[in-house]
Amino acid sequence: MLLVPCPNCGPRNASDLRHVGESTARPDPSTASPEEWRTYLYLRDNVADWNVETWYCTRGCRKYFKLERNTATNEFRNPPLPGTKVGGKA
Amino acid sequence: MAFFSLGSSGRGRGKAGDGRKPPSYSAAGLLARGLTGEDWPRVWRDVPLQSSYDVIIIGGGVHGLATAYYLATNHGITNVAVLDKAYLGSGGSGRNTAIVRSNYLTPEGVAFYDRSLNLYNTMTEDLNINVMFSERGHLTLAHSDSALRTMHWRAEVNKLQDIDSSVIDPQQVAEIVPSLDISPDAHHPIMGALYHPPGGIIRHDAVVWGYARGADARGVEMHQKTEVLDILCTGGDGPDGKGPGGKVTGVRTNRGDISAPIVVNCTAGWASLISDMAGVRLPITTQPLQAAVTEPVKVFLPAVVVSGSLHVYVSQTDRGELVFGAAVDPFTNYNVRGSLEFTEGLAGHILELMPGVSKMRLLRQWAGLCDMTPDYSPVMGFTPVEGFLVDVGWGTYGFKAGPVSGEQMAEAIATQQTPKLIEAFKLSRFEAGTLVGEKGAAAVGH
Repeated sequence: MLLVPCPNCGPRNASDLRHVGESTARPDPSTASPEEWRTYLYLRDNVADWNVETWYCTRGCRKYFKLERNTATNEFRNPPLPGTKVGGKA
Repeated sequence: MAFFSLGSSGRGRGKAGDGRKPPSYSAAGLLARGLTGEDWPRVWRDVPLQSSYDVIIIGGGVHGLATAYYLATNHGITNVAVLDKAYLGSGGSGRNTAIVRSNYLTPEGVAFYDRSLNLYNTMTEDLNINVMFSERGHLTLAHSDSALRTMHWRAEVNKLQDIDSSVIDPQQVAEIVPSLDISPDAHHPIMGALYHPPGGIIRHDAVVWGYARGADARGVEMHQKTEVLDILCTGGDGPDGKGPGGKVTGVRTNRGDISAPIVVNCTAGWASLISDMAGVRLPITTQPLQAAVTEPVKVFLPAVVVSGSLHVYVSQTDRGELVFGAAVDPFTNYNVRGSLEFTEGLAGHILELMPGVSKMRLLRQWAGLCDMTPDYSPVMGFTPVEGFLVDVGWGTYGFKAGPVSGEQMAEAIATQQTPKLIEAFKLSRFEAGTLVGEKGAAAVGH
């Protein structure tokens, strides 16, 4: 289906990972307006192009990391190099 | 008498909006053409693109065409253009697994799909095209106590609204579909099923062509290979007058600008990209759904069988092929290529249900784009941009809702009010927090 370049585990089948979705910035709970929360909760750009998204390596390193993928062609771009330590505490 | 009328389809077509009946198909016409070898006339006209219309509908699938058809038949609005970037029915309308049913989980959903099923029931006569509706019954299998509980819940919601729907035990399941493995030793034993006799399958291409032909006969124009590149707005908060508070003035296409006071977005998987052109953001992500079909064999599967736990649904066409579908692919993308994981998962799951089909061979597989919403319910009606309406977010269940969506969208356009049946599906529900959670009956079950 899709080989996902996990920076810790190397290329792995997409079924070994969870697609968390398009990366969005979480608003500050103490200042965010309801509209900002709605945007964060529901709205995504959903482009048919290069997009930064979050994956979770469910059956490997169990880390979250960001990758750039083209949603029209399913290619990855500039993946973090293997051995680059990613994830860990958010 | 329509049966005996000689089909003079398509000749002497008048101008737009002259209220003619669609030219009729008939057995006699078929026989006459069989004997004479005369060509069938074009089903819809190929007319030049005009510079302005009363209504522009983006997307020539079952939703867009049904909206155009009901605008013309129910409301007399015929100066309408349906634009499609490819050909009519090239998207989800020709890629779905053609299953129709109304046994949903929420009262809003049930009322809505029941109306759709009623429209499908009379469609062959209404559109004078054989849509081959086969009301063969629909079984949703339960493999666990919690699934069975949801089935009971659904059955009660359904019965309250007079929908024929009940929970049956494994023996009754086996009486309806003898090829299912109901042994309690199965990895996912069948513990019961939700049985919905009015559900069935239908010829989806005929539905598309029927609406296109009916709309065309009433003056609606269909423009294929006409891609919308931008939506023109004025007075909005965003750049170029787009965005909330603004007003639609027309669309920019690869064949030039067209002006219209009303633009309707019926583009399924592409819905959020089209809405962005008007400055309206939608809570939609796009995921492909894969389906597959086997070689034809003797008819042995009398009902539609769905298993939510096993992520598979299957029916047998009148030609004898088994048509399979599954859940959406597990990540967003706009790619309609098939994958080996899908075939592998499908084969494993279907063999657990029906071990007897192990020697059958797959003929082909394909995918269509689904516009998924957070609550698995559609987004319909008006948007913060005046004149820009949406009929989107149809996820994996858009085909069975095609007729009623068209009817209700046409009413919304003609009356400029949101009809009661689609009130629950308005875009502002995400602001009000009144989501319509339909995942329990729509995530996999088709």
